Amino acid sequence: MMIYIQRIAMTELPKEEYILKCTSACAGCSDTLSLRYALKAAGHDTVLVVPACCTSVIQGLYPNTAFNVPVYNVAFASAAAVASGMSAAFRTMGRKTNVICWAGDGGTVDIGIQALSGAFERGADILYICYDNEAYGNTGMQRSGATPLGALTTTTPAGKPVFKKDLDGIVEAHNPPYMATACSAYPKDLFNKVKKALSIEGPKFIHILAPCPPGWRYPADQTIAVGRMAVKTGMWILYEREYGELSVSAPSKAAFRKPVPVGEYLGMQGRFRSIDNGKISLLQQAADKNMESFRKEAECTC
Amino acid sequence: MLTVATGNKAVATAVKDSKTRVVAAYPITPQTEIVEEIANTVAAGTLEAEYIPVESEHSAMAACIGASATGIRTFTATSSHGLVYMCEMLHWSAGARLPIVMANANRALAPGWNIGAEHSDSISMRDTGWLQVYVSTVQEAYDATIMAFRIAENNDVLLPVMINLDGFLLTHITQSLETVDTGDYIPPLSLPHAIDIDNPVGYGTLTPFSEHFKFRWDIERGMRDSVPVIVDAEKEFGARFGRKYDLWEKYRFDDAEVIVIAMGTLGKEMEVAVDLLREEGIKAGSLRCRWFRPFVPPDLSGREVVVIDRDYSFGYGGVLANELKAKCGCDPFSVIAGLGGQDVTFDDIAGFVRMRTPGEEHWFGVNGNV
Repeated sequence: MMIYIQRIAMTELPKEEYILKCTSACAGCSDTLSLRYALKAAGHDTVLVVPACCTSVIQGLYPNTAFNVPVYNVAFASAAAVASGMSAAFRTMGRKTNVICWAGDGGTVDIGIQALSGAFERGADILYICYDNEAYGNTGMQRSGATPLGALTTTTPAGKPVFKKDLDGIVEAHNPPYMATACSAYPKDLFNKVKKALSIEGPKFIHILAPCPPGWRYPADQTIAVGRMAVKTGMWILYEREYGELSVSAPSKAAFRKPVPVGEYLGMQGRFRSIDNGKISLLQQAADKNMESFRKEAECTC
Repeated sequence: MLTVATGNKAVATAVKDSKTRVVAAYPITPQTEIVEEIANTVAAGTLEAEYIPVESEHSAMAACIGASATGIRTFTATSSHGLVYMCEMLHWSAGARLPIVMANANRALAPGWNIGAEHSDSISMRDTGWLQVYVSTVQEAYDATIMAFRIAENNDVLLPVMINLDGFLLTHITQSLETVDTGDYIPPLSLPHAIDIDNPVGYGTLTPFSEHFKFRWDIERGMRDSVPVIVDAEKEFGARFGRKYDLWEKYRFDDAEVIVIAMGTLGKEMEVAVDLLREEGIKAGSLRCRWFRPFVPPDLSGREVVVIDRDYSFGYGGVLANELKAKCGCDPFSVIAGLGGQDVTFDDIAGFVRMRTPGEEHWFGVNGNV
């Protein structure tokens, strides 16, 4: 069963803004950008559950808030569990309020993964969105389980020696009714995916690649270019799974036909400045293998 | 209705009779019967609630926080390692001023594995901002749970309440139980800061120290204001349902020259010891600490004091003994007894009173080594 959501043009996106101007985000931050479009898709009747992450800071200082939906800030490991309690409570009241976890990669792939796994196994009616800047950004770029091979962080001074954790594979193993990847460089795609996710009951998951200028060491005006290059090289693949059924999103379909070498993506970012050819080759092989496996699966199911 | 029940079943029945709406819990010995009973009650439709079978105690409290934040009645139960695993969320729930009610089956902490009764679990959560009541009978476990909702949800309090019952010694023993029709004894919950979609605010956002200070003080104010609320809840409970409770339970107290003090089931056992000592001509009385937080110091002036702690603060001493010492200016004979479910009879307690030495500490059963 595929769910049809009317796809709309950028100019047709809702005019309502749920992120007010003057947040305390860094210049070129893709977290705020992604959240802006996600909230446009979710609309007024939404609560955000936010564990410790950059978004905890971006909201601003009490008693002010830059977000125009209720935001429940919670402990690092607890987002999915808090959200599942909240969603159950709304259900007992007969309310349809969207409960969205908005969590960074550390709060998802590392400390928050148990709560995420539990909530998905139980079938909690929540949308869990992980915006992934591939390190603990809020604390100054320490490595996380989502940091890619070869990336410099403040705790991997020689570059990360191991690959990024396959979060999507872990989530997929829970058989959620809907899961997708997205990237801040493709906001319309993200908007449509959030919209679709919220039309489905049960645990939904969206994994957003969120380039980070200070952490990834690139100029703030390159956030969109870096995100696009991640997709063009196949280092990040945009897709959806509805009830398990794969659908590769248009930008990645195009990338599969003629992928740009991963070196182009790595070269844009200071965090890969000391990566050796061996690791570049390993990343290239992984991207190729990944694209091949998605391409094959998509062809089989088409 | 008059029936018989275990301590665990009494708590579960009180949760049903209090019309709790969301229960999130994780099983742990010796609390399991509480969650089994509630799960069955929800499945049978006799309690209209959501039962969330979470994957850990940390998530149990997290789910209660999420549910309670919407302004509905929530409950969980745990014990020992489960309680200390949710420690972070205990601080969070009190800080967020959520009236969550929890039963804790007091149990020792490992290593080595020990599932016997001990108060070290809840005592180590002393400074989280939770109210703590310790009960001694099956009936009291039921009554205290019902009162806990009324106290926690009072807008002068808005702090979570922990009902502590001794593992096995109370969770697993069967006594008579009289249930009540709560009627309007627990008013509908009206959480002033419940999530409101039409008035979006940030909960728990970054807070500068100047405001943080005010929030901390406000927790303390809620704790202090809880005292008259507890007294009122217990008085009203007595008027409606005929069972009287106080912050401290006195037994042959008024003319006593030596007072023995304890919490939980030991606090009942010592009443038998008092009778025994009176027969011997020792003018003993007892005082059972029910509310450990808020701690309202009793008047012990002119009495000798023996305190039995089923807990210990390493490098310091028996916790209840030292709290009494600090707040009441007494110089108690401090007995550490019952750790890990150690059997402590009324004879043993009478022995503690006979051997009392003000200011000394006695580890029951290992005293040859200290």
